Amino acid sequence: MSAESGAERIPVLRLGDVLIAAIQQELTDQSALALQQDLTEMAAAGARGVIIEISGVEIIDSFLARILSEIAAATSMLAGRTVIAGMRPSVAITLVEMGLSLRGLRTARSLEDALSILGHSGPQAGR
Amino acid sequence: MSPDDVTRVHIGSDVQIAGARQAVREAAVAAGFSLVEQTKIVTAASELARNTLVHGGGGYMDLAVEDGPRGQGIHLTFTDEGPGIKDVSAALSDGYTTGNGLGLGLGGARRLVQDFTIDSTPGGGTTVTAVSWSRAGQRARR
Amino acid sequence: MVGSNGSAPVTVAEVLEARAEQVAQQWADLPIFRNVYTTGRDAAVDAAHRLVEVLAEVARNERLDDSSAPGFDRVRPHLGQMVAARSQAGSTLAQITNEVSQLKAPVVGVVEQEVADRGDDGAAPLDAVELMGTLRVVVMEIALSEGAEVIDRQRQQLLELSTPVIKLWDRVVAVPLIGTMDSARTQVVMETLLQAIVDQNAAVAILDITGVPMVDTVVAQYLLKTAMAVRLMGAECVISGIRPQIAQTIVQLGIDLGDITTRATLADALARALEKSGVTVVGEV
Repeated sequence: MSAESGAERIPVLRLGDVLIAAIQQELTDQSALALQQDLTEMAAAGARGVIIEISGVEIIDSFLARILSEIAAATSMLAGRTVIAGMRPSVAITLVEMGLSLRGLRTARSLEDALSILGHSGPQAGR
Repeated sequence: MSPDDVTRVHIGSDVQIAGARQAVREAAVAAGFSLVEQTKIVTAASELARNTLVHGGGGYMDLAVEDGPRGQGIHLTFTDEGPGIKDVSAALSDGYTTGNGLGLGLGGARRLVQDFTIDSTPGGGTTVTAVSWSRAGQRARR
Repeated sequence: MVGSNGSAPVTVAEVLEARAEQVAQQWADLPIFRNVYTTGRDAAVDAAHRLVEVLAEVARNERLDDSSAPGFDRVRPHLGQMVAARSQAGSTLAQITNEVSQLKAPVVGVVEQEVADRGDDGAAPLDAVELMGTLRVVVMEIALSEGAEVIDRQRQQLLELSTPVIKLWDRVVAVPLIGTMDSARTQVVMETLLQAIVDQNAAVAILDITGVPMVDTVVAQYLLKTAMAVRLMGAECVISGIRPQIAQTIVQLGIDLGDITTRATLADALARALEKSGVTVVGEV
């Protein structure tokens, strides 16, 4: 990717039938759109869960919020679920202040909890 | 604002929106804003910069730091020569969208800052001003 | 000496410039200078000179009643240091401003003398009084902003200390809201609770409002916002301490608590949190 386009692609991992994307840096609009495209394509190819881990994200504006909502809507249409994990307090406070409650988006405290929600067994399952 | 103290960031691409966020973040940190205060003003700047690009066809952000009674303030102005906003109060109301379902983001930005003004006429471009002050006990030094 | 353009403020400026040494010497012996510049009288005289020059500049620009006149900027740091030194020595704001008032007489004295020498009935002495009054305002502003800063810091510290978030169980935190919820307090409580959710990896956050005397739309909005933020972070929010009257008020206000779980007592809220994690409560908690 050229620096000009700014579209550094966020890597997406596949864990069984769950896709995991951890956003570790500030996203340009192009990067966010690229992530949306990758996740939607991969979900269509067979994944019943998407986890977007955002503990490294410092800013979520209405654009990124919309992208996250659209990813959730797309996976839901493909009979899957999207979980947003690890939101920071300052981001949560700001979204609520803006009036963006992201209703309809499942959230989890951590990647581990998100996997639990999606039914993946692990040490914490069933607690 | 004296011309010396103003930083101008051009907004012509999404990468430059990220640049505007970065500039505001640095200024907010230097002005002693708390983490939540920083997040709010940077998010507002992101909304307004995107609005300048997407609806205004591109423009610029002017950033200035001001001294206030209880601390420093960040003063942002977003200017574009685009089509302008026909109905400003509608644009600020919740859930307002045009075209492709993307909200103008102005209402959200307004809630995040302390002073907010829009100057816009159809065909005459748009200028949005957003100001926030730090509430920490940082003394204003002239 | 005659005011070059006949204006009274300019006359004041010219007198101050011409009689700077006389005024500075008188000032150096007054408490506000003497008790601050303890290293030696010369330091006091120099400092006094500086202030006289600034006053002359302000008068010359005819900004006699303007405490924000740029001329004062040159001495703000020095006045700040003088105020700090006097407060540390135990002087109150009233005492400090009284000491500043003592600077007036020497200045008005030389201006009156000049006016008398010229046989002039002009407004210069009154303008000198006004100028010294403005200096007093400048000093008060400096003293007040210092004080305000200290109070602000202390209040913030107090708010943070008095907002205890309790770990009730593994992954369950609770915060009791006590007393009136003003906006500064609500902000601190929200931030403290959310940070505790991160620190404790909490799955449930309980907001206990037993100690909140009255729930109006403002308080209800705040509870809703906090619950939304907790949910965004991936935890469940439970509001406990809902007395019957509070429940009634909430219904009457038309507030929709949506999917926020509510319980009458903190114990009930904890039981609910434990159920969620598969722990059965046997007997009384």
